Amino acid sequence: MDRRDFIKYCGIATVGLAVGKAGRILAADKLLEESPLTASRWAMVFDLRKCLHKDGCTKCIDACHTVHNVPKIDIPGDEVKWIWKEPFDHAFEEQQNEHLPEELLHAPSLVLCNHCDNPPCVRVCPTQATWKRASDGIVMMDWHRCIGCRYCIVGCPYGSRSFNWHDPRKYLTTIQPDFPTRTKGVVEKCTFCSERLDRGLLPACVVDCPEKALTFGDLQDVHSEVRELLASNFTIRRKPSLGTQPQVYYIV
Amino acid sequence: MLEKALSGDRKYWSWLFALCGVIFIGFLFWMYQYRNGLEVTGMSRDVAWGFYIAQFTFLVGVAASAVMVVLPYYLHNYKAFGKITILGEFLAISAVLMCMLFIFVDMGQPFRIMNVFLYPSPRSMMFWDTVALGGYLVLNVLISRVSLAAERKGVAPAKWIKPIIILSIPWAISIHTVTAFLYSGLAARPFWMTAVLAPRFLASAFASGPSLLILLSLIIRKVSKYDVGKEPIQKLAIIVTYAMTINVFFILMEIFTAAYSNIPEHLAHFTYLYFGLDGKTALVPWMWVSAILAVLTLILLINPKTRHNEKILVWACAAVFVSIWIDKGMGMVVTGFVPSPLGKVFEYFPTITEIGIALGIYAIGFLLVTVFYKIALSVRKSIA
Repeated sequence: MDRRDFIKYCGIATVGLAVGKAGRILAADKLLEESPLTASRWAMVFDLRKCLHKDGCTKCIDACHTVHNVPKIDIPGDEVKWIWKEPFDHAFEEQQNEHLPEELLHAPSLVLCNHCDNPPCVRVCPTQATWKRASDGIVMMDWHRCIGCRYCIVGCPYGSRSFNWHDPRKYLTTIQPDFPTRTKGVVEKCTFCSERLDRGLLPACVVDCPEKALTFGDLQDVHSEVRELLASNFTIRRKPSLGTQPQVYYIV
Repeated sequence: MLEKALSGDRKYWSWLFALCGVIFIGFLFWMYQYRNGLEVTGMSRDVAWGFYIAQFTFLVGVAASAVMVVLPYYLHNYKAFGKITILGEFLAISAVLMCMLFIFVDMGQPFRIMNVFLYPSPRSMMFWDTVALGGYLVLNVLISRVSLAAERKGVAPAKWIKPIIILSIPWAISIHTVTAFLYSGLAARPFWMTAVLAPRFLASAFASGPSLLILLSLIIRKVSKYDVGKEPIQKLAIIVTYAMTINVFFILMEIFTAAYSNIPEHLAHFTYLYFGLDGKTALVPWMWVSAILAVLTLILLINPKTRHNEKILVWACAAVFVSIWIDKGMGMVVTGFVPSPLGKVFEYFPTITEIGIALGIYAIGFLLVTVFYKIALSVRKSIA
């Protein structure tokens, strides 16, 4: 290849790159056609009473784990979970009143990342691979920056974070192409479906619940559905005494 | 100066080769872990830290304990420690390097470790621990190198090194304090969330580290002609005695607070540790061995007659070391996770891989100690 050819190829390559880039920008614009959902403070209200109607229903869990490529690993202790059911007396250890109604005591309560206002996981992360998004309070994660030290798992009082002890891709039967898969050795958790909110969609668990037990909305908006539920029901949160200010509320 | 490590007798070389063998096996285990990920360990979503982080914590204590010879020698001009101070500093260097390796092998993505420096996060205690350990390593390398080089030339060490030595004293305290802060600042883990954790770490460090130094000095006396003398060993024994007494005192304080306040989430961990929980009792026999050894060592160490007898002192020091190793290297970290924040009792058992890698790292530490001591002793011998 002489110099002339080299310059020519460089030129062709540049044009090619530019076309590719333009295509991607246009594609991104198309995605943004549906206007994104925004809020000053996202929060979730979970109505345990409604959930109890459907014994053994796992629709919300399935929906979440499918769209997010969460691997199904059945080895005890090695599971990756974004949202799952935990017996009431485990999810709310400090609420152990004696003689609670039997159905409530062992009621399968949905647990997920609480997207705390004051998240200990964010405080302890040594690489800022997890952070609270200033715009709407979602606790985000960067799976490319995470070094896998698991300090966030140690710091989380809710057991909401999962570590990829295994290569997660080996445990995926189908892969959703529009959401990244993860590698072994990084931590992951619920993201309040930040990627769906960007596309104007509510979180997958909220959409797929047949009982409409999950409500998602802006806590700062006085007229939002979540605020109405909080104003008209007695709600509890997990371990409020720790000062983390969880943003998942439970109607019991 | 490194060439001094290259001449030794048959025993010296066989020891080094044996260590290299263990290191090689450890390395193979690590390759296996790197390939498959941390699935090859016994850790789980409930017990997220295990044997590696526990060894790290224990060894930070050994590293910090060098201050127990540095402080009397440099600050109080306690001449009797003249021969042992360099041994303490080299032990600290080896221990810090082992600490770093234990952190490295614990990472899910070890080759992203530089992210800690690329995205410094002062809100994370792990960031400060990195700073503290890295700084401590640099300080000790500098101090031992400068003082040994000066000794070799038969001159007094340069004046500028003195303030650096003084700085290394609070720095040693800081490495173990910040390591305790890794744990004691977490609302999620009531077992660790105690203000006495850092003081307790320091007390156990100042018992286990000097114990190891006594043992090493006695080994050196056997395998070479270098004798640190009786006085520094006895002085160190007194340091071990006080530190061990304070350590046991702190443990009892912890148990009292948890037991008398009777707050379930505090008490459950101690119940697991000493009696088992939900029928899970993996640590119980270990913890009782640790407790019994602690009491025995206090009897042997506090009684001057047994303490002055070097033959008994050896056993007392070994027992202190084992007792604290069980307490810190097995019990302390894992029990923070049992029961989990969701009330689950999920036990942790290290796998062969974890133990193999840990032995490999300890072998690296012993190799470094051997080579460093060889250099130090050769320099001393040549000027004697």
